Amino acid sequence: MDSPPAATDRPRPAFQLGDFLRDQLRNIAPFITLIVLVGFFSIASPSFATLANLENILQQASVTGIIAVGLTFVILTAEIDLSVGAVANATAIVLTYFTMQPDYVNIANIPMPGIIAVLLGLAACFGLGFVTAFGVTRIGIPSFIMTLAMMQIGAGISAVLVRGQIAYSVPSLVLTLGSKSIFGIPWIVIVAALFLLIAHLVLTYTRFGRYVYMVGGNREAAEYSGVNVRLIVGSVMVISAMCSGVAGMLGVAYFGSAQQNEFDTFLLDAIAAVVVGGTSLFGGRGGIGNTIVGLFVLGVLNNGLDYVKIDSFLKILIRGLILLIALIINIYAERLRTSRAAGG
Amino acid sequence: MMAPPRLELTGISKAFGGVQALRSVDFVLQPGSIHGLAGENGAGKSTLMKIIAGVHPADAGTMKVDGVPVHFRSTRDAIRAGIGMVHQELSVAPELSVAENVFLGAQPVNGFGIVAWRRMAREAAVQLHNLGLDIDPRSRLGDYPIGVQQLVELSRVLFSGAQTIILDEPTSALSPPEVAHLFGVLRKLRDSGRSLIFISHFLDDILAISDEVTVFRNGAKAASAPVGPGIDKGWIIQRMIGAGREELEESYLGQIRLDSRANAPVILEAKGLSLGRAYRNLNFVARGGEVLGIYGHMGCGQIELARTLFGKLRPEAGVLSIDGGAASLANTTDGKSAGVAFVGESRRAMLFAEEPVYRNISITFLERLSRWMLKPGLERAAATQQVKRFDIRPPNVEARLGALSGGNQQKVALAKWLTHAPRLLVLVEPTRGMDVGAKEDVVKIVRALRDTGIAIIVLSTEPETVLSLADRVLVMRKGEFAQEFADESISKDRLLDAA
Repeated sequence: MDSPPAATDRPRPAFQLGDFLRDQLRNIAPFITLIVLVGFFSIASPSFATLANLENILQQASVTGIIAVGLTFVILTAEIDLSVGAVANATAIVLTYFTMQPDYVNIANIPMPGIIAVLLGLAACFGLGFVTAFGVTRIGIPSFIMTLAMMQIGAGISAVLVRGQIAYSVPSLVLTLGSKSIFGIPWIVIVAALFLLIAHLVLTYTRFGRYVYMVGGNREAAEYSGVNVRLIVGSVMVISAMCSGVAGMLGVAYFGSAQQNEFDTFLLDAIAAVVVGGTSLFGGRGGIGNTIVGLFVLGVLNNGLDYVKIDSFLKILIRGLILLIALIINIYAERLRTSRAAGG
Repeated sequence: MMAPPRLELTGISKAFGGVQALRSVDFVLQPGSIHGLAGENGAGKSTLMKIIAGVHPADAGTMKVDGVPVHFRSTRDAIRAGIGMVHQELSVAPELSVAENVFLGAQPVNGFGIVAWRRMAREAAVQLHNLGLDIDPRSRLGDYPIGVQQLVELSRVLFSGAQTIILDEPTSALSPPEVAHLFGVLRKLRDSGRSLIFISHFLDDILAISDEVTVFRNGAKAASAPVGPGIDKGWIIQRMIGAGREELEESYLGQIRLDSRANAPVILEAKGLSLGRAYRNLNFVARGGEVLGIYGHMGCGQIELARTLFGKLRPEAGVLSIDGGAASLANTTDGKSAGVAFVGESRRAMLFAEEPVYRNISITFLERLSRWMLKPGLERAAATQQVKRFDIRPPNVEARLGALSGGNQQKVALAKWLTHAPRLLVLVEPTRGMDVGAKEDVVKIVRALRDTGIAIIVLSTEPETVLSLADRVLVMRKGEFAQEFADESISKDRLLDAA
């Protein structure tokens, strides 16, 4: 409707390869990274590309994967959750606190029936998530700072309950899901796959999922469209804490023990999986599909580096560099979009 | 021999992408004069000013300053040639002191490179005194009204040694006494030999201050004449909008007859609404089938009032009722549930530029389609219907919203609320930044909606917007209602007088 109308209302060509590639950069780049990594490790080590090792990779990525599901929701709304590792740890320790431990574990714990212990664990992570949600949406603390505090609170709960000890026993349900297999497939992989599938369905096919994307895309516009932004942001913080809690409980069964600081590395891994996969740090773009690719990139990298002769200390540096490259691509992809938006 | 013109532009052309913004424009600015520029949005006046100020290079044409050909490659070149520009959006630092703002970026320092505070305050005081402004240079600038802040910004440009000063919409945020004061300052500057270019949508302001006026239309100079007998608003408007725009001319010039609908049912009633410094003790009703216009200068509290009606802001005192029932709106979701629809003054804050059109439309009614799930088919069908109904172009609901023109985006912002008729539609600056054609479309849409029996409140700082839409007008001044116009003839002058 601007003058002259002929210039502004001219329809764009139906398909432009350049535009398409720019739009899809955040989706294509992680996929290419994955293919390159798989190719490299397959050539470098004949025992890498085997079915048995695929199972390894899947199993190793499962705990990270369940945490990353919740983080995907959070990052899609342009918030962040730094407390995932600490919440996973606290939930795991609450679970073991309410489970009968062997005599040699010197913890003053309160044994409960298995199902009660699991419910108490879920209540714990829900409670922590609720406090985060309240702090972020009602009090107005930025999620970065709020979850930093929650990280300390989670670590504190873990420390108080185990007092430097290590707990070993978990309820049989958790033991099965965390460390047993069915038809040769580890239960923990099935659980992680289910979480990813359900999250994908929620984000793609439900009203809540749409609101998550819209709040991340333009929070002000969402609010001025009558979307209850606080409810959506609060919900994703609770979802993140609940996913972390489940990951923590299964993780204990998977690792065989629960102790302080057990899940510290999972914060970085889960954020890396989401961001490497291409979900925008500014919200509104990406999804579970991206997170799955990100999980594979990280899983293949962590696992593959064990198959090549490389200084184990160098591995940490390499992971850091890969994350940096992913961040650069993430920001660059956003910039390409906005520059095109400004030009169009 | 006569002195050469301060500025002389010949054959200036400029294109952005495929759009020709300026077509071979000639422009002459005499020393010691004020030159008014009028034209609709997109007519080319801003582009020409940006070329003069060194923001954009011209594609073709020549430019002379005091008879000497120049070639500006940056704003710095222009400043060195004595050309300064005061932009429409204030670029002051409200948290800093008045003196710091006067000297922003050029603070005087002593021998050690440390800011000479006392000297700065003294010189700022002298500077401001010359502009007729006697305020404490050490006080915080943000504590002063917008008019004072604008004069401080103007003084900064003056201080840089500018002989030519471009003022872009300097009066849009000012109250009449502030405008009068500003004009006094501008005349003093002119009499001291400086040249000023005065861009404004307020034609009365242009006529009141300018020695000469130039009108732009569609990227070309439509007319240029010294201000004198025969040069009035009608003359300017005719040249601004061309022929065949009688309907709009009427709203600029004529007496508009307001016919309120006093017998229509009351939909919204506000009693004793107060919110801090924004507004105090507001009492009013909005009736079905009536457009209530609320006019006031920028900062009069109407923005806050609009947000209160939608639940974005909560009033500190007072009650709102909708259809007779008390409406306590804790958030925008409550506002929507109560039947309020809201289109704010910033399209960027209303719409999702990166999302397709259909998602921008369906966001307001997803819950009506299904409690939990998305219904992609129904969603697109409803959006497609709205796109057709409001003639949104391109007529493709999958198009990215950001690719639409401003007028079409505004239609989307309206259309998304109208799949299910709201009880009350709140529109803030519904035609800001639109060309005549798009404005007419919005006027037609709003009239048609009014006739369906809903209540509509239009809030604007532009008298033309209120006059072209409203059936009844409330004038807001400094957080209070100053006057109501209903069942009488009204013109822009009366409205401006009241505000």
